[in-house]
Amino acid sequence: MRVGAPPAARRRRAVAAQLALLPMAITVIGVYLGTVLWSVRISFSSSKIFPTDDFVGLSQYLRLFNTERWIVSLHNIAVFGTLFIAACLVLGFLLAVFLDQRVRGENVLRTIFLYPYAMSFVATGLIWQWMLNPALGIQSTVRSLGFPGFEFDWIVSQDKVIYTLVIAAVWQASGLVMAVLLAGLRGIDDALWNAARIDGVPRWRYYLSVVLPQLGPAFGTAFVLLAVGVVKVYDVVIAMTQGGPGNASEVPAKFIMDNLFNRANVGLASAASTVMLLTVLALLLPWWYGRAVQSRREAAHA
Amino acid sequence: MSNVIIDKLDIQLSGVDIISQLDLDVRSGEFLVLLGPSGCGKSTLLHSIAGLIDVHGGRLEIDGKDVTWADPKDRGIGMVFQSYALYPTMTVEKNLSFGPRVAGVPKAEIARRVERAATMLQLTELLQRKPAQLSGGQRQRVAIGRALVREAAVFLFDEPLSNLDAKLRAELRRELKQLHKQLGATMIYVTHDQVEAMTLASRIAVMKDGKIQQIDTPATVYSRPVNMFVAGFLGAPSMNFVEGRIERVDGGMHFVAPTLHVDVSAYPFVNAPQHHLPAVLGVRPEHIALSPQSGPHAGSATISLVEPMGSNQIVWLGGEGMSLAVEADAQFAPMLDRRIDFAIDAAQVSLFDLPSRQRL
Amino acid sequence: MSHSPTRRSRVTPARLGLYALLLSSAAFFLLPLYVMLATSLKPMEEIRLGQLFTLPLHVTIEPWIQAWASACTGLECRGIQVGFWNSVKIVVPSTIASIFFGALNGYALSFWRVRWAGRLFGVLMFGAFVPYQVMMYPLVRALASVNLFGTLTGIVLIHTVFGMPVMTLLFRNYYAGVPSELFKAARIDGGGFWRIFFQLMLPMSLPIIAVAVIMQMTNIWNDFLLGLVFAGRENLPMTVQLNNVINTTTGERLYNVNMAATVLTSLLPLAVYLISGRWFVRGITAGAVKG
Repeated sequence: MRVGAPPAARRRRAVAAQLALLPMAITVIGVYLGTVLWSVRISFSSSKIFPTDDFVGLSQYLRLFNTERWIVSLHNIAVFGTLFIAACLVLGFLLAVFLDQRVRGENVLRTIFLYPYAMSFVATGLIWQWMLNPALGIQSTVRSLGFPGFEFDWIVSQDKVIYTLVIAAVWQASGLVMAVLLAGLRGIDDALWNAARIDGVPRWRYYLSVVLPQLGPAFGTAFVLLAVGVVKVYDVVIAMTQGGPGNASEVPAKFIMDNLFNRANVGLASAASTVMLLTVLALLLPWWYGRAVQSRREAAHA
Repeated sequence: MSNVIIDKLDIQLSGVDIISQLDLDVRSGEFLVLLGPSGCGKSTLLHSIAGLIDVHGGRLEIDGKDVTWADPKDRGIGMVFQSYALYPTMTVEKNLSFGPRVAGVPKAEIARRVERAATMLQLTELLQRKPAQLSGGQRQRVAIGRALVREAAVFLFDEPLSNLDAKLRAELRRELKQLHKQLGATMIYVTHDQVEAMTLASRIAVMKDGKIQQIDTPATVYSRPVNMFVAGFLGAPSMNFVEGRIERVDGGMHFVAPTLHVDVSAYPFVNAPQHHLPAVLGVRPEHIALSPQSGPHAGSATISLVEPMGSNQIVWLGGEGMSLAVEADAQFAPMLDRRIDFAIDAAQVSLFDLPSRQRL
Repeated sequence: MSHSPTRRSRVTPARLGLYALLLSSAAFFLLPLYVMLATSLKPMEEIRLGQLFTLPLHVTIEPWIQAWASACTGLECRGIQVGFWNSVKIVVPSTIASIFFGALNGYALSFWRVRWAGRLFGVLMFGAFVPYQVMMYPLVRALASVNLFGTLTGIVLIHTVFGMPVMTLLFRNYYAGVPSELFKAARIDGGGFWRIFFQLMLPMSLPIIAVAVIMQMTNIWNDFLLGLVFAGRENLPMTVQLNNVINTTTGERLYNVNMAATVLTSLLPLAVYLISGRWFVRGITAGAVKG
């Protein structure tokens, strides 16, 4: 009597798993790797409406960095990104800390802080576009309340429009940071606060010296989520300012979309996409590396 | 060092009375253990001594100073938590010095105190390590070191050994006892483990439902428990209880039960009991002898179960609704399901009033 | 004997300041919602007064009816209801498909040893960070070549593909918490790959499926870019229609209709958010733990 599955059956079971993972394999290789490689390849060609198979070296990249709209979009994304991430991290942290103080109505407040994240970026952009409307929005309302000199027409000002995007985006995303940090706060040993009380440490000092250092990973996660969002930002701009006034609020994602579909500059757009991709990688690699090192260090001491 | 005086303390949590009108005197330099089951209020009491929980009434005095409403940092106490609560991102040295640094103590003084604590607790080589790189025993010492650096007069311990495995627990217990001998500080220690209490304490306060049942030396609490709760809580295996009556026979007192009978004429009764008083006899397994060569038998029963423990064995006697645990020599060869005689050392028994469960 | 210090007061200035900060933050977050609702219930005469924060004097639901049934979304003027049903048509199959594949991948990765799977999973995780624009054009060409560009199937496929990294991560992390003894017991009982998946693991995954449904419904409903490019003119989702209504009209802009349309577009995800509560947060934190 033979006990144990014959080799054929065992192979069959392994095959089932492999078949099941085939869609994932196709997606990873065909979609993710394939499209990225294709895009990068096209960025080295002179494609206009349709992809052509020639090779023109880095000329598309040179053209790209000589295009004023692209430079403006890079400048905008840098300003937007810095302000947005900094404001979200600070505001999200403060909200998380405030909610950690055992306040009454904690659940209601948390619901209020997080609901903007459930809305689409388009809706956010549209609401803030309306609120910042100089003729009928906040500027006009405050003026009618007795402050005739009040100026808040940033959304139509070339230098200040980028800040309006920051306001709308911070409104939407701070709740996310708060949620991530709150989860991190919950992971901190309760007894630490008691130990700190006995040590005579005031609450703010406790948050600064004991809590904040422990939130490193949570902040890292929040930062990465925000940073990836910054690179991708498109919906808000389309809805709120359409890149205007003029090109003042142009962003890379919009530049690429416009050149891909409206202006038939596939090669140029691909070069721009590759630049975006490289930026994302530059942001991510240190983070990935840091986490790999940290987990290796933890495993060694376990 | 200092003493702690608690006077008519009332503590409420979420509107429920946890502790009412509690009085407790902790003597200077003693190791007092608050022992009791979960929910008896011992941790609550400790936390209110520390100032982490507000009291609702009564007074708390440490070293002659009224600290009932003082902040934890002003009470001259140090506390060791169950998880040790060391600041994970700080080195041992920073952990030790954090309190004084926040208080604005001059750097030279901080360095002096840290060095002194580190030497006393053998932490000098570990000063630059982080808590994650320390063993359980080392973490315990750092936690105690924090209290030392703050020049605490009273050390509070909240079940610091509960999270550890048995071997480490025994090892750290001995370290703690050694430290107490070395420092001579007043220590208040909370635990539910009666072995810890017996080995560490200079006095044990047994607590139940927010009240101290008995506070005395381990020996006294063990041999002269004041009620059935205390009697059953200390000792493993726990004390045997048999219900019966106290009868006056021939001018002497006898405890009579369906299955056994003990002459308790020499028992130190508080008040002379009435005839036919329903009572409970408490006798520890080590005070019952099997198949005695001489002397009166207390009764006989069948051996129902034997648990070999290595150095000795626990023999369970059963029969007619009774179950007695007897500690017997390892050499003794019990025969299961055989009837056997046993004797009880009348000088070591405890008698309790049946309805009130108090010591007679 | 020293005098006893006074009992510590619960209401300190710090506590009051805390509540003040919390309430003003709440006001900041609630203001746009209020403005959105108030504007949508005002007639145009009131809006032209330029008083953003006042309650409507004459409440009217005309804007809502208009937004739903007669607003112009490009060439048609049948209101945003078209977009609503399009979004439903997109969200339902996309959610089901992306969750199915996420669960399948997570299951296969957690319990079965396939040699190349680990590395592929790593690349998949990297894929979650790749900006859409890099992949956009090749995908357009690819779908066009199989006549799926601009179709419902096409957009569903796109959402499935783009949802795969997060969904796979979600389920893989969940299954990592399932004791492997359970799986081994099922194998001993004679279960094969598919049987164990459908009869043991999926039924056990209800909590995480709930989280995944919430995440996918919200994200796919709120999506703009993918729907704009891949859905095709007959299937444009509500977000795209909304933007068309508001940003591409000529003549006077009917702000109340615009706001009503915005509310209508946000109703579903907000409802999902309010109902799901803690599960929504779990989705965020679970999806946030990458790598």
